[in-house]
Amino acid sequence: MNVDHDHVDSAVLTRRVDALAAELARRGLLDESAIVETLDLFLTHARPSNGFRIVARAWCDPAFKSRLLDDASAAIAELGMDMRHWSPVQLRVVENTAAAHNLIVCTLCSCYPIGLLGPSPSWYKSPEYRARAVSEPRAVLAEFGVRLPRETAITVWDSTSELRYMVLPRRPEGTQGLGEAELAALVTRNGLIGTALV
Amino acid sequence: MNARFAPGDRVRMRALHPGGHTRLPGYLAGRSGEILRISGYFPVADERALGLRDARIEAVYAVRFAFAEHEVVADLWERYMEAEA
Repeated sequence: MNVDHDHVDSAVLTRRVDALAAELARRGLLDESAIVETLDLFLTHARPSNGFRIVARAWCDPAFKSRLLDDASAAIAELGMDMRHWSPVQLRVVENTAAAHNLIVCTLCSCYPIGLLGPSPSWYKSPEYRARAVSEPRAVLAEFGVRLPRETAITVWDSTSELRYMVLPRRPEGTQGLGEAELAALVTRNGLIGTALV
Repeated sequence: MNARFAPGDRVRMRALHPGGHTRLPGYLAGRSGEILRISGYFPVADERALGLRDARIEAVYAVRFAFAEHEVVADLWERYMEAEA
């Protein structure tokens, strides 16, 4: 997908963030250690490998998959994961099948399950993706190289509130003999957003 | 917690209210959909944006909207919708 990346000049952004942090510290609303702690949490915990592990477990364990689709926030706690590191949000996992494909977007801003997928790609935050994902998802998917049969139903999940979404991709053919770690290595970040098949 | 609507109910989104913050996307305002499930109960974003500490906690529904070649599901606060006549 072709997207113009309108990055804010990083030097300008750095000055802006520093000024904001200094003002918050001056007013006693924030101390440096809280920033360090948050960055540490972000760098050590927010990784797409979390999402890959969840998917691999669901592919191997039908009972876990059923719990995951029913109450994802509770199910990922079984794997020692917790979305609430980031904000008081709930997770919902939606399953791709032969008949149905799911795509995730946040049309209003850039809501994204960072804790499970890592930082979001820039295209996810672009006005083009946010607008087109809900108006012409089939064309958007085609640009990502995902060509679905006409009869495949497409559901687009717009993250408008306190829920975050992750796609459970279909397990690839011919992977019966693989273990969980090997299966996790097959999953991709875009597969968890719905802009790729696995 | 009270939820006014149940899965399967037909609802219509209200028009966007003038001014202020909302989490009802413009492309869904005025559109009809079907309640898929109750997503939970959360403080209303429109009130939180005003800095209200006691923002009302209200049901949020996953609402399914049919488009020509796909469907969209969005999580929307109860106040954004009314029962379809």
